[in-house]
Amino acid sequence: MKQDPAWVSIQTQDFDLNAEIAALRAQDGRVGAVCSFVGTVRDRTAGQPGQISSLELEHYPGMTEAAIEAMIDAALQRFDIYGARVIHRIGLLQPLDQIVLVAVTSAHRGESFAACEFLMDYLKTQAPFWKKETSPEGACWVDARVSDDAALARWGIDTRNS
Amino acid sequence: MKITVKYFASIREAIGTGVEVRETQANTLGALRDELIALGDGHAESLARGRAVRLALNQIMANEAEALTEGAEVAFFPPVTGG
Repeated sequence: MKQDPAWVSIQTQDFDLNAEIAALRAQDGRVGAVCSFVGTVRDRTAGQPGQISSLELEHYPGMTEAAIEAMIDAALQRFDIYGARVIHRIGLLQPLDQIVLVAVTSAHRGESFAACEFLMDYLKTQAPFWKKETSPEGACWVDARVSDDAALARWGIDTRNS
Repeated sequence: MKITVKYFASIREAIGTGVEVRETQANTLGALRDELIALGDGHAESLARGRAVRLALNQIMANEAEALTEGAEVAFFPPVTGG
């Protein structure tokens, strides 16, 4: 199934959650549930409140989009969902900025809740994005977290990202 | 054979470029990694054995046993941290 507009956007500009959800719902009268997740930029790493001044996002043009499309295909196989939307921002972001959106539609809430979480877990470990944080100590690439691999493992998918 | 190699994030910074076209004798991704390490400097430092390095072959996540083919696009990058 292909939807219009596209499933995946990698962009520098911000997004409007309400507009994205309205567009997803407008395509399909069967939709009874929309579940969305918005990730935002934090102003801290562990134990350092307010220390992060900016975050820079790098991606792999071409591969990133294809990897996320493949994840959505996997979600469509696994869950009884109708549509999905993923937006990931790149470039320079500030604390409190929106960084990622995952939204999923289904008939009832259970499937879209689960698919939304599945897509986020997949994205954290398999989509080629890298974050670099700037703090008073300088700029530093963010390390992958073992807990992100564990989150994907509960869906029965092995990864060794971190 | 001639291949394209791409580097991302901290590996790109250590090597000083995001892309290079190379003539290689390597027939697997692992052999290519060893060949790049042998170049020394940023290549040796960022791709060193024991460091967390992920690979993609023609834009699909791959492992080092996979075969290299003429015209392939290989990417080396650190574990991903999006979301």
